[in-house]
Amino acid sequence: MQRYILGKKNQITLISAILIVFGFYGKFGIDNMFIFNWSLIIASILGIAPIAIQAYQALKVKVVSIDVLVTIAVVGAMLIQNYEESAIVTFLFLFGAYLEQRTLNKTRSAIKELTELAPESALKQMENGEFDEVDVDDVDEGDVLLVKTGAKVPVDGTVLIGEGHINEASITGESLPVGKKNGSEVFAGTILENGTIQIQADRVGEDTTFGQIIELVEEAQDSKSAAERFIDKFSKYYTPAVLVLGIIVWLFTNNVELAITVLVLGCPGALVIGVPVSNVSGIGNGARNGVLLKGSEVINDFSKVDTIVFDKTGTLTIGNPEVVEKEFYGKDMDEVLGYLASVERESDHPLAKAVLEDIGETKFSTVEETEVVKGGGIVAKVAGHRIAVGNIALMKQENIVLNEKAKKDVEHFEKNGNSLVLTAVDGELKALMGVRDQIRPGVKQDLQKLKKLGVKNLVVLSGDNQGTVDLVARELGLTEAHGHMLPEGKSAYIEKLQAEGQIIAFVGDGVNDSPSLALADIGIAMGSGTDVAIETSDVVLMNSDFSRLPHALGLTKSTARNMKQNIIIAVGVVLILLAALLFSNWMNMTIGMLVHELSILVVILNGMRLLGYRLRGN
Amino acid sequence: MQKATIQLETLSCPSCLQKIDNAVKGLNGVEKDSVKVMFNSSKVKANFDSEAVTIENIEKAIEDLGYPIIKSKVKAV
Repeated sequence: MQRYILGKKNQITLISAILIVFGFYGKFGIDNMFIFNWSLIIASILGIAPIAIQAYQALKVKVVSIDVLVTIAVVGAMLIQNYEESAIVTFLFLFGAYLEQRTLNKTRSAIKELTELAPESALKQMENGEFDEVDVDDVDEGDVLLVKTGAKVPVDGTVLIGEGHINEASITGESLPVGKKNGSEVFAGTILENGTIQIQADRVGEDTTFGQIIELVEEAQDSKSAAERFIDKFSKYYTPAVLVLGIIVWLFTNNVELAITVLVLGCPGALVIGVPVSNVSGIGNGARNGVLLKGSEVINDFSKVDTIVFDKTGTLTIGNPEVVEKEFYGKDMDEVLGYLASVERESDHPLAKAVLEDIGETKFSTVEETEVVKGGGIVAKVAGHRIAVGNIALMKQENIVLNEKAKKDVEHFEKNGNSLVLTAVDGELKALMGVRDQIRPGVKQDLQKLKKLGVKNLVVLSGDNQGTVDLVARELGLTEAHGHMLPEGKSAYIEKLQAEGQIIAFVGDGVNDSPSLALADIGIAMGSGTDVAIETSDVVLMNSDFSRLPHALGLTKSTARNMKQNIIIAVGVVLILLAALLFSNWMNMTIGMLVHELSILVVILNGMRLLGYRLRGN
Repeated sequence: MQKATIQLETLSCPSCLQKIDNAVKGLNGVEKDSVKVMFNSSKVKANFDSEAVTIENIEKAIEDLGYPIIKSKVKAV
């Protein structure tokens, strides 16, 4: 019975609206007070039924909810035979709740679109070898699954048989299909555009990359800032306090009308709902535009950022360096290049890759006693020769003397913005290579937008030599540039700025920068979505797209402002209503309820504006 | 200890969070600190001891308040 009434709330709202109109027609149209009174009494009783049920359930779990206040107020109004107020107040309350639900669904729509991309079923290989369709929850690690053209990959896994092209836009934001064959990794939520593949499930459900992204966004939309937690605590005691206040007013003035008006005016609706709607709309907008924001605390911090610190390689630059200049010293260069390539093959450093690519085909030899010198390079033994490959610091450490020409070349290369790779064989400098990384297209404009949004300092920190870093900084118009930085140096620098009272955001690609990402007030990862960076950072720019950064900052600023507006609207409305009750004679329960419901709609609509937010000038 | 994730129909009233929170916490066998009612995603998450309380008990406590459940998942932790 209770559930039946609650399920018919919308119909009840409609009927009570018709009854109220009919009643007023009775009074003013045909001057019949009997019709007026009884229409409104029936409307009141119908309307209060679902509210009273909710109130009863709330009291059962020891919560004094808004429903309780409204129920008491309506019963009170009926006792003093003010049927007009009791009917209209219940109608407004129910109709308001209906509108709230409709509009709230809109604010949540962006995130819902994302979660609906989650795969629901899979074709699993059964014991008899046939593939049967099962719910994705019934897939375990190690199961063999069949994915057909046009279907979603249900889990993270490895291709066993077959080939195809997969659109990984849901994970990386990149819509160009990626070719997959035997042994390739595939990700849940991506779509097989052509071909048929069989995969083995490696990670299922919430453990998949897509599952983690959804989990993250879902947690983010409901995460609470300190201010919000305060509001929650406040409203827990606020509603009972209003009830007590109503009783006190009634005891002292013996005026039921006044007492029940206090109950209605004190409803805390807009205050509780205001911040969550801003939050969910802001995060929803981000999710749609390739920016994952991890909650309202992050939004608040980022909107106040003073300084943004950038990693250079892979962040400001493409991260795919190439050898652009080289000088050789001495003879037998083919042999030297063979040694160099053999040593570099041991390393996965981006500079090593660039050097290898430049050398191309050569004779590789066995490498022994490889020793990696942190922040320097590699020293190893190849065919009985001691080979040192690395920067100037390594050469100094190895006591290698640079002749006049080499010194000049080094200076010249550095000035051109190259990273240096020097090669010494048996203590003698043989080759100097200048490696340069291209600046990402559009970064300059993006940085200017950040400045316009009020960021005071833009700093680049890099492990590269100062010349390279200075050149990048000059080209991009950065305020500060520091080279020769190890990961520890970067985090120490951030700590220093924080000690000066600045709010710092750090933008990096997440792999070697995780200490800085964690330490900064806001860690921003340039993630392809498959990185651990998702976990350590506060903001993730999908598909490593730098141009999303200005949007992210503008969005957090707007969202933070929106939250404040909503709090002001909510508190302001309650204050004005109470003031009107004390100092004027036109305030009553009906007006109070109307204003309340309107204020709730206003904060929801205000929050919804964020869904359409776009950075000006884009 | 089991972890329940319960998807509800869209939550829209601000005070329903507090009601659901209190109702689930009030059950014996539910770890009080683990109860999380999520407004925007309309989900309830809670850890519980499957010997003291069943997922059906938790679902019933929520449905009795008038919030229909769409689906629920239980995972061992």
